[in-house]
Amino acid sequence: MKTSACRMLILSVVTLSSFTLFGCVSSKQQLLATNESQVQIRSIQTRAFDTTDKKKMLRTVISTLQDLDFVIDRADLMIGTVTGSKFTANTLLKLSVTVRPREKTQLLVRANAQYGLKAIEDPEPYQDFFGALEKAIFLTAHQVD
Amino acid sequence: MVQFFKRSLVGVLAISLVGCATTYPKDFLKLSESHLQNRQLQMRQYDTQNEAEIISACAGVLQDLGFTLDDSESELGLVVASKDRDATDAGQVAIATMSVILSALGGASSNAFEKIDKTQKIRASIVSNPSLDSGKTVVRVTFQRIIWNARGDVSRMETLKDVELYQGFFERLSKSIFLEAHKI
Repeated sequence: MKTSACRMLILSVVTLSSFTLFGCVSSKQQLLATNESQVQIRSIQTRAFDTTDKKKMLRTVISTLQDLDFVIDRADLMIGTVTGSKFTANTLLKLSVTVRPREKTQLLVRANAQYGLKAIEDPEPYQDFFGALEKAIFLTAHQVD
Repeated sequence: MVQFFKRSLVGVLAISLVGCATTYPKDFLKLSESHLQNRQLQMRQYDTQNEAEIISACAGVLQDLGFTLDDSESELGLVVASKDRDATDAGQVAIATMSVILSALGGASSNAFEKIDKTQKIRASIVSNPSLDSGKTVVRVTFQRIIWNARGDVSRMETLKDVELYQGFFERLSKSIFLEAHKI
C-alpha cells in the first residue's frame, strides 16, 4: 500500500513538473499571442499630439527615453522610429516608439515595451511615458479612440 | 519517504499555479528623481551650431576608444556603438581561488571559477541636439554594459553612471572636436 502511494506521488510530481517546464502554450503560438485586442492595445499605446513637426517629436522622444535611463539602439527620421533599451533589476527592457502624421494637424505617437520575456500591455507604464513626453515637448497627449 | 514526496508535490503545485505569469515593476517608465542629476552627468554643451561636425567628432572618439559603430542617424544626431572586452576582475579570481582551495581541503569540488566574470559588451549611445541657447549644441552620452561569466551566462546588466567615465569621455570629445577642426 505504502509503495503504491509512493509510486502515485512520483508519477504526479513528474507529470506536474513537465507541465511547468514546458510552459502554458505551444511556444510557436507566442508569435501571435497577445492578452488584449488589437484595438485595445493601440488605444493603450498611442497618443495624438497637436503638432506636425516629426523631427522635433522624434528628438523629444529620444531625450525623454534618455531621461528614463534608456540607451538609444537605433532611430530613423524617415520611417519615424526610435528604439531604446535599459536594464532594471538585471532584466532587459526594450521600448520602441513610432511617430506618424494623423490628418494634417497632428502626430500619432505609439510606444510598445517588452520587459524580459513579457510584452507590456498594462496602461500605467504607457501613461507614465506619455506624461514624461508631454512635459518634454510642452504639448498635451490626447487619448486616441 | 511519502512525506518527502508530499512536500515535493506541494512545491511543484505552487510553481504550476504561478505558471507563466511574470511580474514587473509598474513604475519602470516613470521619471526617477535623479533624472536631472543624470542629465548633468551625461550632457555637455559645445560652442558650435554645426551638428554634423559634433556627431562626426563623437564617432571619432568612439573609434579612439575601440568601439565599432552599430548605427547612426545624422538627421536626429544619433550615433550608437559597442565593444566586446575582457571582464576578468582580479578580486573575483582571488575569491574563486580561495573557494576552490577551501573546497579541496574539505574534500569537495567547487565550480567557483565558472561564476567569475569573463567577457563584457559595452554599449554607447550619443545624441546631439541644438541647445536652447542659440549657437550651441548639446551632446548627451549614455553607457551600458552586459557581463557574462566563464560559463557563458549573463551575470550582470547595468547602466554606467560613474562620474569619471563621463568626464573622461567628454575630455576626449573636446580634444576630438579640436583635432577635427584642425583636420588632424
